[in-house]
Amino acid sequence: MTALVFEQTLNGLQLGVMLFLMAAGLTLVLGIMNIVNLAHGSLYMVGAYLTVAAFRWTGSYLLGVALGLAGTLVVGMIVEIVVLRALYARDHLDQVLATFGLILFFNELVAIIWGRAALFASGPSWLAGHIELFTGSRYPLYRAAIIVVGLVVAVLLWYVVTRTRLGMLIRAGASNRTMVAALGVNIRLLYTLVFGFAAALAGLAGLMAGPIYNVQPGMGELILIQVFVVIVIGGIGSVRGALVGAIIVGIVDTLGRAFLKPLLGTLISPPAAESAGPALASMLIYLLMAAVLAFRPQGLFPARGG
Amino acid sequence: MKRLIGWVVGVALLIAVPPLMLALGQPFYVDLVRRIMILAIAAVSLNLILGYGGMVSFGHAAYIGIGAYAVGVLGFYGVFSGWLHFLVAIAASAVVALAIGAVSIRTSGVYFIMITLAFTQMLYYLGISVAEFGGDDGMRLKRRSAFPLLDLNDPVQFYYLVLALMLVAVYLTYRIVNSRFGMVLRATRSNEARSRAIGFSPYPYRLVAFVIAGAMCGLAGALYGNHTNYITPGLMSWQQSGDIMFMVILGGMASTAGPVLGAFVLLLLEDLLSGWTEHWQVILGPLLVLSVIFFRRGLAGIFYKPDA
Repeated sequence: MTALVFEQTLNGLQLGVMLFLMAAGLTLVLGIMNIVNLAHGSLYMVGAYLTVAAFRWTGSYLLGVALGLAGTLVVGMIVEIVVLRALYARDHLDQVLATFGLILFFNELVAIIWGRAALFASGPSWLAGHIELFTGSRYPLYRAAIIVVGLVVAVLLWYVVTRTRLGMLIRAGASNRTMVAALGVNIRLLYTLVFGFAAALAGLAGLMAGPIYNVQPGMGELILIQVFVVIVIGGIGSVRGALVGAIIVGIVDTLGRAFLKPLLGTLISPPAAESAGPALASMLIYLLMAAVLAFRPQGLFPARGG
Repeated sequence: MKRLIGWVVGVALLIAVPPLMLALGQPFYVDLVRRIMILAIAAVSLNLILGYGGMVSFGHAAYIGIGAYAVGVLGFYGVFSGWLHFLVAIAASAVVALAIGAVSIRTSGVYFIMITLAFTQMLYYLGISVAEFGGDDGMRLKRRSAFPLLDLNDPVQFYYLVLALMLVAVYLTYRIVNSRFGMVLRATRSNEARSRAIGFSPYPYRLVAFVIAGAMCGLAGALYGNHTNYITPGLMSWQQSGDIMFMVILGGMASTAGPVLGAFVLLLLEDLLSGWTEHWQVILGPLLVLSVIFFRRGLAGIFYKPDA
């Protein structure tokens, strides 16, 4: 039992870091550029597909990952230049609708190129095994690697945003765009870079998700809604909030799906738990969000205004 | 006066659809226009909170689902009274809207968009996980809602019922918006600080509008369930919410005719494109993007200046 709880907690952590990679990009774009980007899930999907295609083409996993990331970065920058630039001055409603249109486009484009059926994505052979954490507890090496990559990216992101010149410009652009532009910074280019960077983070989450979940059109929207929950819980514009929110949501969701049914079975009759368990488990993170909002409408780590 | 003429011509055209299409041997179009008018009711209800109230709800499909499930679940337990179906659909939607609204309206801006979306997604997953009512696959209605003197299995009678209810929804919304309540609602949208300063706290007004919109959309859901004769959680999907939202924006926010116009244009366009290619969304997506960028006041803006 302990081993199972431990394993499920690690699974929760693994989902959490993937949610974080998505949420960090989305919250940066939202906090800095003030853009609601529903198509963030599409970039996740694009990352997954490009990596699968590049892996098959080159035969090398690392090369596939590099090409997938670069491709997603480029796609993200193109989206920013072609569509989002026209929307900076608009309200959130217009941004929601335009990026909704982008989702339809990307899902269908992927279906045209690769078909509607799920693609089989494999991880590299050198991550195929298990690791033994303690006696009797084996954990898939691939999932462990995701956790490590996610945490490394989190540290890098913190370093870039708080300790480098680029991060300083990003923070300055978030608090006063006009002033930064007046000081001679090319804010347009900065925005394009930030968006491309956020796209690459989403692509990274997508390509790592490939071997675990299905690579298929619409895969991005499944995770996107969970990412919204993460951002609402963590507070918009806050990378720290995104990290905490993502880990909480990842663990609560995973443990809920694994243990809510047996747990309910001890309280109410097992047949009732059989039907109530999964229903409650799938609603758990939304109930959590409602609870957080009831006490802190601005999320756990509200960022400064703007 | 010009608007009145527009309405008379429009309604006359809609009344003429069934005899005309049946004479031409195209009953499919009676079904299509009926579906469009049902979703137009949903769009009209969303316009009340989105257009006039300034609340960007990205979860309006929830009430379509609740209304449809009210019909399906009551039928599942052998209750077929149409009055009861519609009453439960409206009441259940109002209650859910009250619960969702009470939490969501405490927030604003992006939070509001994401929260309404998340709550609808929650209901969507609830629909998927309740195996008794078909789960992911959905369930077929045992029978359509039964009314005295009216047979919903007759496509033409059903068509005229939907047309009448759509006109009622439009008129009701028009009356609400131009009442004292509606003026306060519009004031809270155009300047929240000022409406507070003259003594109107926005929260209760927004919440009541949210509940009215939910109830009205629940009616559309009950009609939609009867229309498709089949109920799936997909009715509550976020794409459905996005579609309804697009109808409102495309037609013109805060205008009486806008949502109806938007519903017709969007769904006829979908029908046209999907008859043309299986991959019609790859065309529709960019069209939506372009319409947002270049078409700021919606279709109604071409004909007249939107109210408010």
